[in-house]
Amino acid sequence: MTSGLLLRDLRVEIAAGDRRLMPVDGVSLEIGPHECVALLGESGCGKSLTALALMRLLPDGLAITGGEARLDGTDLFALPERAMQTVRGGRLAMVFQEPMLSLNPVLTVARQIAEALAVHRGMRGGAAKAEIERLLLAVGLPAELAASYPFQLSGGQRQRALIATMLAGEPRFLIADEPTTALDVTVQAQILRLLKQLQAERGMGLLLITHDLDVARDMADRVAIMYAGEVVEWAARDVLYGRPFHPYTQKLFSVLPSTQRRGERLDHIPGSVPPLGTAFSGCRFQERCPQVWARCQQEAPGLYELQAGHRVRCHLAVEDRPGVAQAKPSIVAGATADRAPLLQVRGLALHFPIRRGLFRRSVGAVKAVDGVSLELRAGETLALVGESGCGKSTLARGILRLIEPTAGSVRLGDEEVGRLSGEALRKKRAEMQIVFQDPFASLNPRMRVGEVLEEGLQALRPEVGKAERKERVARLLEQVGLDASAALRYPHAFSGGQRQRIAIARALAVAPKLLICDEPTSALDVSVQAQILNLLKDLQREHGLAYLFISHNLAVVAYLAHRVAVMYRGRIVEEGEAASVMARPLHPYTRLLLASAPGQGLPRDAVFSERFAQVGCPFAPRCGEAKPICAERNPALGEWQDRRVACHLYG
Amino acid sequence: MLAYIVRRILYAIPILIGVNLLTFALFFVVNTPDDMARIHLGAKHVTPEAIERWKTEHGYDKPLFFNTAAQGVAKVGDTLFVDKSLKLFAFSFGQADDGRDIAREIGSRMWPSLAIALPTFLVGLLAYIGFALVMVFFRASYLDFAGVVLCVVLMSISGLFYIIGGQFLLGKLWHLVPVSGFEPGWAGLKFLLLPVLVGVVSGLGDSSRFYRTLFLEEIHKDYVRTARAKGLSERVVLFRHVLGNAMIPILTGAVVVIPRLFLGSLIVESFFGIPGLGSYTIDAIQAQDFAIVRAMVFLGSVLYILGLLLTDLSYTVVDPRVRLE
Amino acid sequence: MSLPFQPEILWSDALLFVLLAAVSAFVLHVRRHEHLCVPWLRVAQSRIGMAAAVILAVYAAIGVLDSLHFRPALPAEAGQPLRYGNEVRSVLDVVAEPLRTRVEKTYSEPFALHLYAKENLTLADGRQVRDYPRLKHGGAHLADERERAGDIARRAIVGGLWGAGLAFGLWLLLGLSQVRRGRGVATATARMLHAQEWAAWRTALIALSLLLVLGGVLVQLAGHYHILGTDKVGQDVFYLSLKSIRTGLLIGTLTTLIMLPFALFLGVAAGYYGGRVDDLIQYVYTTLNSIPGVLLIAAAVLVAQVYIETHAELFDTAAARSDLRLVFLCAILGVTSWTGLARLLRGETLKLRELEYIQAARAFGVTHLRILSRHILPNVGHLVLITVVIDFSGLVLAEAVLSYVGVGVDPAMASWGNMINGARLELAREPMVWWQLAAAFLFMFVLVLSANLFADSVREAFDPRAEQR
Repeated sequence: MTSGLLLRDLRVEIAAGDRRLMPVDGVSLEIGPHECVALLGESGCGKSLTALALMRLLPDGLAITGGEARLDGTDLFALPERAMQTVRGGRLAMVFQEPMLSLNPVLTVARQIAEALAVHRGMRGGAAKAEIERLLLAVGLPAELAASYPFQLSGGQRQRALIATMLAGEPRFLIADEPTTALDVTVQAQILRLLKQLQAERGMGLLLITHDLDVARDMADRVAIMYAGEVVEWAARDVLYGRPFHPYTQKLFSVLPSTQRRGERLDHIPGSVPPLGTAFSGCRFQERCPQVWARCQQEAPGLYELQAGHRVRCHLAVEDRPGVAQAKPSIVAGATADRAPLLQVRGLALHFPIRRGLFRRSVGAVKAVDGVSLELRAGETLALVGESGCGKSTLARGILRLIEPTAGSVRLGDEEVGRLSGEALRKKRAEMQIVFQDPFASLNPRMRVGEVLEEGLQALRPEVGKAERKERVARLLEQVGLDASAALRYPHAFSGGQRQRIAIARALAVAPKLLICDEPTSALDVSVQAQILNLLKDLQREHGLAYLFISHNLAVVAYLAHRVAVMYRGRIVEEGEAASVMARPLHPYTRLLLASAPGQGLPRDAVFSERFAQVGCPFAPRCGEAKPICAERNPALGEWQDRRVACHLYG
Repeated sequence: MLAYIVRRILYAIPILIGVNLLTFALFFVVNTPDDMARIHLGAKHVTPEAIERWKTEHGYDKPLFFNTAAQGVAKVGDTLFVDKSLKLFAFSFGQADDGRDIAREIGSRMWPSLAIALPTFLVGLLAYIGFALVMVFFRASYLDFAGVVLCVVLMSISGLFYIIGGQFLLGKLWHLVPVSGFEPGWAGLKFLLLPVLVGVVSGLGDSSRFYRTLFLEEIHKDYVRTARAKGLSERVVLFRHVLGNAMIPILTGAVVVIPRLFLGSLIVESFFGIPGLGSYTIDAIQAQDFAIVRAMVFLGSVLYILGLLLTDLSYTVVDPRVRLE
Repeated sequence: MSLPFQPEILWSDALLFVLLAAVSAFVLHVRRHEHLCVPWLRVAQSRIGMAAAVILAVYAAIGVLDSLHFRPALPAEAGQPLRYGNEVRSVLDVVAEPLRTRVEKTYSEPFALHLYAKENLTLADGRQVRDYPRLKHGGAHLADERERAGDIARRAIVGGLWGAGLAFGLWLLLGLSQVRRGRGVATATARMLHAQEWAAWRTALIALSLLLVLGGVLVQLAGHYHILGTDKVGQDVFYLSLKSIRTGLLIGTLTTLIMLPFALFLGVAAGYYGGRVDDLIQYVYTTLNSIPGVLLIAAAVLVAQVYIETHAELFDTAAARSDLRLVFLCAILGVTSWTGLARLLRGETLKLRELEYIQAARAFGVTHLRILSRHILPNVGHLVLITVVIDFSGLVLAEAVLSYVGVGVDPAMASWGNMINGARLELAREPMVWWQLAAAFLFMFVLVLSANLFADSVREAFDPRAEQR
């Protein structure tokens, strides 16, 4: 085949002293001229490096040490650098993950596109100007944005601008490296649609790098699954999603949370992705594989052809495993919730003043949280859903009084948290704790895990003696599934998932009644996410904890929560039983969120706008069903059927 | 924008008052005019009358804050604090110990200072950026390594040796330029060459290495990878993208010193016999002429605050992201 | 019981001892925490860093020897109680006694046998001539002046061999300790000479060996010649250069010791508390920053000088006087230099304050003081360390400039700045008096270069960003 993008046996090496680390070890791929191939894998599996190697843009210190890449017959790795420059952004272009960082901050969008036009198509002046406008329209941006600087654009707009830049050279193939990971779910849906549409219109090949099974399902014709630097399964999309073969692929599917799995324990993959530099003997997945047997340890499996176009790197493809099938996932009894509310939030507002002018007078306020009321019972999980900037994390910090609220009340148990001070407040803090998103920023790198866990006890339960503290720490570690010896080690010795367990143990140390989880799994790989979600469920059942679970991931919410509250621009717009909201969303915004979630086919063309209104309903400009009144009055949260909703359509 | 500037200028006032109080405390409270007189008179001639005479001659014969002998407003007006400290705000610096008017001296001496300092600043900036760019272009090669080593070696040599070495080699040994001296106008160009060269070379190690770090920091950012992915050549990537962004901290960092260029360099001016403000200051220090030192401290502060303001303004010029609010 | 000397602890000595105690405590603290050792082990892996550290250690040793001061007893008079002189000496003076006491009349070149200036001489036959007189001490042992080259070479070789012998002994001792730990002679040798993980230590040992050889040569020669010549009043320049080491080191370290508490406290407080506290602290350091550094130092030193001159009765020895001026100079340098570190710490604390582990601590109601001491301080430590080592060389260089301006250390105190200042006036002489400059240049350059190289390896080891590259 001379047409298409072909990669054979790619090896990438890192020179680290006298050791040779191979983050990419023998990867082969092929992408037809009009095809979309997804390269799927968890963090650190080498998928991004594979893409960068194709572009010959590996970071300093990494080098291609083997393999061959052919773009319509041209051997990319043999080209001199000058010739490669005409390929990059010309026949082969690449879109990156971080739209915030991937555009030059001091050049206008037009200039950044013009550069590519000049290099690859020799266009300048008026012709270039016209072409820039055409490209911007093609990616759904108004032409007047050409003169803007990147900082003036939203995340989605930047990603569109970046795509326009990369289309300037009329590429035959486009590599998209996690193009939507940093974006909100509604924007993600739009960008994915755009990519798919451009691919069809221009007859491009598309290599999509992603960690998201659902995104890959919506986009790809064929899928390659990567694990520890190798491709472990390679098949057409329908084959892979219908009959996954490799144990790792099967596991990836079974660990995903969803509405259907409510009440079940999620399946999980034990352990975590092997770190770079692990010396493998035999199969790389053997440590975590449920079907491992002697042969896996002795011999590394080849990439066996199971049937035409379906290749698998597993001994099961050629030999049946001696032994029994695996056990079904166990069912977890649902936790029962009390009737009396534990947490009562009434009209909570957090405003940050905007200061302007000569004397820094306050001329207004950013209403991060603008009158939120909610209730939470012991043993219950309330999910707080919303896109970035909707104020959900600020709300959490306001409830804990890490930020002083501007107005409103927070009652925990039978006490008003806002009125407490000094010793009484400190005592109250033992009842409410928080687990943060970033497992790397949430533990002090200079404290041993034991000291981390003891800190809360020392501050809130000073009467607990030293020996008892040590004992409690050991018990806590055991509760979250870690070895007691972990107490003596420092956080850097642990993986992201393990750190999140430690963070949970830290919060549990003071025996809280309310645990606020601020996106606790969004920084974790799906296999580790399942472990943490299971742990949270177990702890709720054992201790009757109430969770305020903040998330943007609807699948996780659907799996875990009893009730859901949807937030938009500092207000709750819909609240009700999780199952009912997920099945029958009322508010147009909730409907948009649910429709945008990947894995159910790409959405129909939605109204594209990230604007919001200052007067009236803030969602009105994006709403397909807006009525005149929506532009005038912001609807209040009212009862409607089995839930509360803030929309003029109801009531 | 205007409101911002006005606010910054208003903010300068408490700072200048602070500077003023500090210098006043140093020169009049810790160290009384009597002490000054003793030092100037020398141990042999110290008599109470001599001290009084010296104080009267130099205008130090008033009380610090409150003049009981005076009438009305003059009770607080006719004091050392008002005379020697508050008047600085009106740029009225008074007289030096030799009786000359300090403000006039400053006015005439700042031009020679500027004649040295401005070319040093401009040539230096170009040279440092150029050298840093060369190192970055050949990064992680032996040329880069040699450049960094050279920078560290240059950094480790005291500025005094650059001057002495320059004077010895270029002036005494090779007779290329005069060893020292100054002449106004174009005829004096030959006197400027050596001080400027020495000034540039003595900053080379420090600045180039710093700029190299700034460039390297920039070169590892995502947008640079995007630029490469567009198919731009390494030269264009370096000069248009990396340089464009790295120039923001470099330029704004350089702007802060521009107003102070008027003050000149103490060491360079004194070694090369240039009649600028630097040598004026150093002579004052050595002659223990406190009036001049006080004036220069105040002037230096004013110029520094001006530099800070210019820095902020320069951000709005070079960085589209910054709008002063 | 009366000693033949009376220990004298000058202010700067006391501060130096405080510093040494603090450093020792720090070392002990680091050794007890393995994660604190990690970056230091990285420093120990750097060959350039280790070689620089050896040179710095030699300078430091000389500086410490020169800080153990005492006043020798005056010659005993019968029936009188023992009395002590007014002259303060140091242990280094005792070690280098011959260098200190063998004073010529005025300038002489390195290794010279004759004075640099002509004098009226009376020859053996009573004639008066005007010629360069023989030195009283430099090469006085030579009967025939033509023997000089041979004598120098012979002594250099002997000294070099002595040094080499010592170095060899050092290697042997280290090798033996390896063997004692259960390794065979062959493996121990191989480890020391070839092993990768020994590379940096080997470099350090080689540097030390070279220094020992150099030291041997110098000891042999300095006893009989003025190897770096003599200055205007005939003092041995080599001796002055050695004495200047203490001054340079003290300026570089005591300044830090004095400024560190302010920078740490104010910087962290400004960043952590924010609001009015931040405004006030920022105001203070903007005000201090706005005064040109040299001028502020000049003003303060002038004031101090006036104070010292008008209160001469407070100081019983000249050494105490110049010492106080040195301490004062360090203090005022500290006042002008704390702002940089404070600003850096303020920024870092602002960032840390928002980090999730600090939020978590606040959610526990942990007190501010505890958050500061357990969460913030340990996480800005690397910044402090990097700043301190980088500042050191700048301060050593600043001393020379300030002494030149006339606001540095006491003119009577041995310092490189004073040496340069003195030599500058003689540059116009024909032929030039170059050796004082050369000596100051050499000693300063080696110290500052080593400090810069060491600072680089410390920064690379401690900077979290450097780790990622």
